[in-house]
Amino acid sequence: MSIIQIIFLLLSVMAVGSALMMITSKNPVNSVLWLIVVFFAISGHYILLNAQFLAIVNIIVYAGAIMVLFLFVVMLMNLNAETEPVKNRRLQLIGITSGGALMLIIVSAISKIDVEQLVQINAGDSGLIKVLGMNLFKNYVLPFEISSVLFLSAMIGAVVIGKKEEIDIKK
Amino acid sequence: MDIKAYIILSLVLFTIGIIGVLVRRNAIIIFMCVELMLNAVNLLLVAFSKMHALSIAAKASANFASDAQIFVFFIMVVAAAEVSVGLAIIVMMYRNVHTVDVNFLNRLKN
Repeated sequence: MSIIQIIFLLLSVMAVGSALMMITSKNPVNSVLWLIVVFFAISGHYILLNAQFLAIVNIIVYAGAIMVLFLFVVMLMNLNAETEPVKNRRLQLIGITSGGALMLIIVSAISKIDVEQLVQINAGDSGLIKVLGMNLFKNYVLPFEISSVLFLSAMIGAVVIGKKEEIDIKK
Repeated sequence: MDIKAYIILSLVLFTIGIIGVLVRRNAIIIFMCVELMLNAVNLLLVAFSKMHALSIAAKASANFASDAQIFVFFIMVVAAAEVSVGLAIIVMMYRNVHTVDVNFLNRLKN
Protein backbone atom coordinates (compact mmCIF):
# COMPACT_ATOMS: atom_id res chain seq x y z
CA MET A 1 0.00 0.00 0.00
CA SER A 2 1.53 3.27 -1.06
CA ILE A 3 1.49 6.47 0.99
CA ILE A 4 -1.08 8.01 -1.39
CA GLN A 5 -3.53 5.20 -0.84
CA ILE A 6 -3.09 5.48 2.92
CA ILE A 7 -3.79 9.24 2.83
CA PHE A 8 -6.78 8.64 0.54
CA LEU A 9 -8.22 6.03 2.93
CA LEU A 10 -7.58 8.21 5.97
CA LEU A 11 -9.31 11.24 4.41
CA SER A 12 -12.19 9.09 3.14
CA VAL A 13 -12.78 7.53 6.57
CA MET A 14 -12.62 11.00 8.10
CA ALA A 15 -15.14 12.40 5.59
CA VAL A 16 -17.62 9.51 5.79
CA GLY A 17 -17.38 9.15 9.58
CA SER A 18 -17.88 12.88 10.14
CA ALA A 19 -20.81 12.90 7.71
CA LEU A 20 -22.41 10.02 9.64
CA MET A 21 -21.81 11.86 12.92
CA MET A 22 -23.40 14.94 11.37
CA ILE A 23 -26.70 13.26 10.56
CA THR A 24 -26.81 11.27 13.82
CA SER A 25 -25.88 13.90 16.43
CA LYS A 26 -28.85 15.30 18.35
CA ASN A 27 -27.43 18.76 18.97
CA PRO A 28 -27.52 20.98 15.83
CA VAL A 29 -24.35 22.81 16.93
CA ASN A 30 -22.47 19.48 16.91
CA SER A 31 -23.90 18.76 13.44
CA VAL A 32 -22.49 22.05 12.14
CA LEU A 33 -19.06 21.32 13.64
CA TRP A 34 -18.99 17.80 12.17
CA LEU A 35 -19.88 19.21 8.75
CA ILE A 36 -16.88 21.54 9.02
CA VAL A 37 -14.71 18.43 9.59
CA VAL A 38 -16.22 16.91 6.42
CA PHE A 39 -15.30 20.04 4.46
CA PHE A 40 -11.74 19.91 5.76
CA ALA A 41 -11.47 16.26 4.71
CA ILE A 42 -12.78 17.14 1.23
CA SER A 43 -10.22 19.97 1.06
CA GLY A 44 -7.58 17.38 1.89
CA HIS A 45 -8.79 15.33 -1.05
CA TYR A 46 -8.47 18.41 -3.29
CA ILE A 47 -4.88 18.91 -2.13
CA LEU A 48 -4.17 15.24 -2.82
CA LEU A 49 -5.53 15.79 -6.35
CA ASN A 50 -3.32 18.90 -6.68
CA ALA A 51 -6.37 21.18 -7.01
CA GLN A 52 -4.85 23.75 -4.67
CA PHE A 53 -7.07 26.68 -5.59
CA LEU A 54 -10.26 24.72 -4.92
CA ALA A 55 -8.87 23.40 -1.63
CA ILE A 56 -8.26 26.93 -0.36
CA VAL A 57 -11.59 28.22 -1.72
CA ASN A 58 -13.39 25.25 -0.12
CA ILE A 59 -11.92 26.10 3.28
CA ILE A 60 -12.48 29.86 2.98
CA VAL A 61 -15.98 29.78 1.46
CA TYR A 62 -17.51 26.61 2.95
CA ALA A 63 -15.78 26.00 6.27
CA GLY A 64 -15.18 29.71 6.83
CA ALA A 65 -18.17 31.66 5.59
CA ILE A 66 -21.10 29.32 5.00
CA MET A 67 -20.71 27.21 8.14
CA VAL A 68 -20.25 30.30 10.31
CA LEU A 69 -23.55 31.54 8.86
CA PHE A 70 -25.16 28.19 9.78
CA LEU A 71 -23.66 28.29 13.28
CA PHE A 72 -24.86 31.86 13.71
CA VAL A 73 -28.45 30.93 12.75
CA VAL A 74 -28.42 27.83 14.99
CA MET A 75 -27.22 29.87 17.96
CA LEU A 76 -29.62 32.72 17.16
CA MET A 77 -32.55 30.31 17.42
CA ASN A 78 -31.09 28.72 20.56
CA LEU A 79 -31.52 25.19 19.17
CA ASN A 80 -30.26 22.31 21.32
CA ALA A 81 -30.78 18.60 21.87
CA GLU A 82 -33.98 19.12 23.91
CA THR A 83 -35.81 21.13 21.24
CA GLU A 84 -34.68 18.83 18.42
CA PRO A 85 -37.66 17.30 16.55
CA VAL A 86 -37.30 13.53 15.97
CA LYS A 87 -39.01 11.48 13.27
CA ASN A 88 -40.60 8.21 14.33
CA ARG A 89 -38.67 4.97 13.95
CA ARG A 90 -40.64 3.68 10.97
CA LEU A 91 -40.01 6.78 8.84
CA GLN A 92 -36.31 6.75 9.78
CA LEU A 93 -36.03 3.10 8.77
CA ILE A 94 -37.75 3.82 5.44
CA GLY A 95 -35.37 6.71 4.77
CA ILE A 96 -32.25 4.68 5.57
CA THR A 97 -33.48 1.72 3.49
CA SER A 98 -34.27 3.79 0.41
CA GLY A 99 -30.99 5.70 0.60
CA GLY A 100 -29.02 2.50 1.11
CA ALA A 101 -30.82 0.85 -1.81
CA LEU A 102 -29.81 3.74 -4.08
CA MET A 103 -26.19 3.37 -2.94
CA LEU A 104 -26.19 -0.41 -3.44
CA ILE A 105 -27.60 -0.12 -6.97
CA ILE A 106 -25.04 2.46 -8.12
CA VAL A 107 -22.13 0.64 -6.42
CA SER A 108 -23.11 -2.61 -8.12
CA ALA A 109 -23.38 -0.82 -11.47
CA ILE A 110 -19.94 0.79 -11.01
CA SER A 111 -18.28 -2.44 -9.91
CA LYS A 112 -19.29 -3.95 -13.27
CA ILE A 113 -16.89 -1.54 -15.04
CA ASP A 114 -13.62 -3.32 -15.68
CA VAL A 115 -11.83 -0.47 -17.47
CA GLU A 116 -9.07 0.95 -15.32
CA GLN A 117 -9.18 4.77 -15.51
CA LEU A 118 -6.44 6.34 -13.48
CA VAL A 119 -6.62 9.72 -11.76
CA GLN A 120 -3.66 12.09 -11.78
CA ILE A 121 -2.58 12.33 -8.14
CA ASN A 122 -0.31 15.01 -6.71
CA ALA A 123 0.81 16.18 -10.16
CA GLY A 124 -0.32 18.29 -13.10
CA ASP A 125 -0.88 22.05 -13.23
CA SER A 126 -4.59 22.13 -14.12
CA GLY A 127 -5.56 23.05 -10.55
CA LEU A 128 -3.07 25.82 -10.01
CA ILE A 129 -4.24 29.41 -9.60
CA LYS A 130 -2.35 30.60 -12.68
CA VAL A 131 -3.96 28.12 -15.08
CA LEU A 132 -7.41 28.49 -13.54
CA GLY A 133 -7.20 32.28 -13.56
CA MET A 134 -6.12 32.41 -17.21
CA ASN A 135 -8.98 30.08 -18.15
CA LEU A 136 -11.54 31.92 -15.99
CA PHE A 137 -10.74 35.40 -17.28
CA LYS A 138 -10.27 34.33 -20.90
CA ASN A 139 -13.06 31.86 -21.60
CA TYR A 140 -15.48 32.25 -18.69
CA VAL A 141 -15.42 35.98 -18.04
CA LEU A 142 -19.14 36.45 -18.84
CA PRO A 143 -20.38 33.81 -16.33
CA PHE A 144 -17.96 35.32 -13.80
CA GLU A 145 -19.55 38.76 -14.20
CA ILE A 146 -23.06 37.30 -14.15
CA SER A 147 -22.29 35.56 -10.87
CA SER A 148 -21.66 38.96 -9.29
CA VAL A 149 -25.19 39.97 -10.34
CA LEU A 150 -26.39 36.69 -8.78
CA PHE A 151 -24.66 37.60 -5.52
CA LEU A 152 -26.22 41.06 -5.55
CA SER A 153 -29.69 39.62 -6.11
CA ALA A 154 -29.12 36.99 -3.39
CA MET A 155 -28.05 39.71 -0.96
CA ILE A 156 -31.09 41.85 -1.76
CA GLY A 157 -33.32 38.78 -1.57
CA ALA A 158 -31.99 37.80 1.85
CA VAL A 159 -32.50 41.33 3.16
CA VAL A 160 -36.04 41.52 1.74
CA ILE A 161 -37.02 38.12 3.14
CA GLY A 162 -35.50 38.91 6.52
CA LYS A 163 -37.21 42.32 6.71
CA LYS A 164 -40.70 41.21 5.71
CA GLU A 165 -42.06 40.85 9.23
CA GLU A 166 -41.12 44.39 10.25
CA ILE A 167 -42.83 45.92 7.20
CA ASP A 168 -46.03 44.03 8.09
CA ILE A 169 -45.94 45.35 11.65
CA LYS A 170 -45.63 48.94 10.44
CA LYS A 171 -48.80 48.57 8.38
CA MET B 1 -5.58 5.99 -7.81
CA ASP B 2 -8.44 4.45 -9.71
CA ILE B 3 -11.38 6.71 -10.58
CA LYS B 4 -13.72 4.09 -9.11
CA ALA B 5 -12.48 4.87 -5.59
CA TYR B 6 -13.47 8.50 -6.03
CA ILE B 7 -16.85 7.59 -7.55
CA ILE B 8 -17.66 5.33 -4.61
CA LEU B 9 -16.48 7.88 -2.03
CA SER B 10 -18.62 10.62 -3.60
CA LEU B 11 -21.53 8.23 -3.85
CA VAL B 12 -21.28 7.33 -0.15
CA LEU B 13 -21.16 11.01 0.84
CA PHE B 14 -24.09 11.79 -1.48
CA THR B 15 -26.13 8.92 -0.03
CA ILE B 16 -25.43 10.09 3.52
CA GLY B 17 -26.78 13.48 2.42
CA ILE B 18 -29.93 11.86 0.99
CA ILE B 19 -30.46 9.79 4.15
CA GLY B 20 -30.01 12.91 6.25
CA VAL B 21 -32.66 14.75 4.25
CA LEU B 22 -35.05 11.79 4.62
CA VAL B 23 -34.39 11.10 8.31
CA ARG B 24 -34.08 14.50 9.99
CA ARG B 25 -36.89 16.98 10.66
CA ASN B 26 -34.83 20.04 11.55
CA ALA B 27 -34.86 22.40 8.54
CA ILE B 28 -31.28 23.58 9.17
CA ILE B 29 -29.91 20.01 9.27
CA ILE B 30 -31.76 19.22 6.02
CA PHE B 31 -30.17 22.29 4.46
CA MET B 32 -26.74 21.17 5.68
CA CYS B 33 -27.31 17.75 4.09
CA VAL B 34 -28.00 19.50 0.78
CA GLU B 35 -24.63 21.24 1.17
CA LEU B 36 -23.01 17.85 1.81
CA MET B 37 -24.51 16.50 -1.43
CA LEU B 38 -23.20 19.54 -3.35
CA ASN B 39 -19.74 18.89 -1.94
CA ALA B 40 -19.85 15.21 -2.90
CA VAL B 41 -20.60 16.25 -6.48
CA ASN B 42 -17.80 18.82 -6.38
CA LEU B 43 -15.32 16.16 -5.29
CA LEU B 44 -16.44 13.90 -8.15
CA LEU B 45 -16.07 16.73 -10.68
CA VAL B 46 -12.53 17.46 -9.53
CA ALA B 47 -11.64 13.75 -9.67
CA PHE B 48 -12.98 13.49 -13.23
CA SER B 49 -11.07 16.63 -14.19
CA LYS B 50 -7.86 15.04 -12.95
CA MET B 51 -8.77 11.85 -14.79
CA HIS B 52 -9.07 13.82 -18.03
CA ALA B 53 -5.73 15.52 -17.31
CA LEU B 54 -4.13 12.17 -18.15
CA SER B 55 -5.93 11.79 -21.50
CA ILE B 56 -4.38 12.46 -24.92
CA ALA B 57 -6.64 15.46 -25.60
CA ALA B 58 -5.24 17.21 -22.51
CA LYS B 59 -1.80 17.34 -24.13
CA ALA B 60 -3.14 19.43 -27.02
CA SER B 61 -5.05 22.09 -25.07
CA ALA B 62 -3.70 23.87 -22.02
CA ASN B 63 -6.94 24.41 -20.12
CA PHE B 64 -8.67 21.16 -21.08
CA ALA B 65 -8.59 19.78 -17.55
CA SER B 66 -9.20 23.03 -15.70
CA ASP B 67 -12.67 23.55 -17.21
CA ALA B 68 -14.24 21.16 -14.70
CA GLN B 69 -12.55 22.94 -11.80
CA ILE B 70 -14.00 26.24 -13.00
CA PHE B 71 -17.37 24.50 -13.02
CA VAL B 72 -16.77 23.52 -9.38
CA PHE B 73 -15.88 27.14 -8.64
CA PHE B 74 -19.22 28.29 -10.06
CA ILE B 75 -21.06 25.60 -8.05
CA MET B 76 -19.47 27.06 -4.91
CA VAL B 77 -20.54 30.57 -5.98
CA VAL B 78 -24.13 29.47 -6.52
CA ALA B 79 -24.12 27.50 -3.24
CA ALA B 80 -22.98 30.58 -1.31
CA ALA B 81 -25.80 32.65 -2.81
CA GLU B 82 -28.27 29.82 -2.14
CA VAL B 83 -27.25 29.52 1.51
CA SER B 84 -27.80 33.22 2.19
CA VAL B 85 -31.33 33.14 0.77
CA GLY B 86 -32.15 29.73 2.28
CA LEU B 87 -31.09 30.73 5.77
CA ALA B 88 -33.12 33.93 5.47
CA ILE B 89 -36.15 31.77 4.59
CA ILE B 90 -35.49 29.49 7.59
CA VAL B 91 -35.16 32.50 9.94
CA MET B 92 -38.45 33.86 8.58
CA MET B 93 -40.09 30.46 9.09
CA TYR B 94 -38.78 30.38 12.68
CA ARG B 95 -40.25 33.83 13.28
CA ASN B 96 -43.67 32.78 12.01
CA VAL B 97 -44.12 29.31 13.54
CA HIS B 98 -41.45 29.45 16.31
CA THR B 99 -39.93 26.12 15.31
CA VAL B 100 -37.60 24.75 12.61
CA ASP B 101 -39.56 21.49 12.37
CA VAL B 102 -40.46 20.93 8.71
CA ASN B 103 -43.58 18.95 9.70
CA PHE B 104 -45.24 22.23 10.70
CA LEU B 105 -45.10 23.43 7.10
CA ASN B 106 -48.05 21.35 5.88
CA ARG B 107 -50.60 24.07 5.18
CA LEU B 108 -50.65 23.25 1.47
CA LYS B 109 -51.81 19.71 2.34
CA ASN B 110 -55.39 20.64 3.26
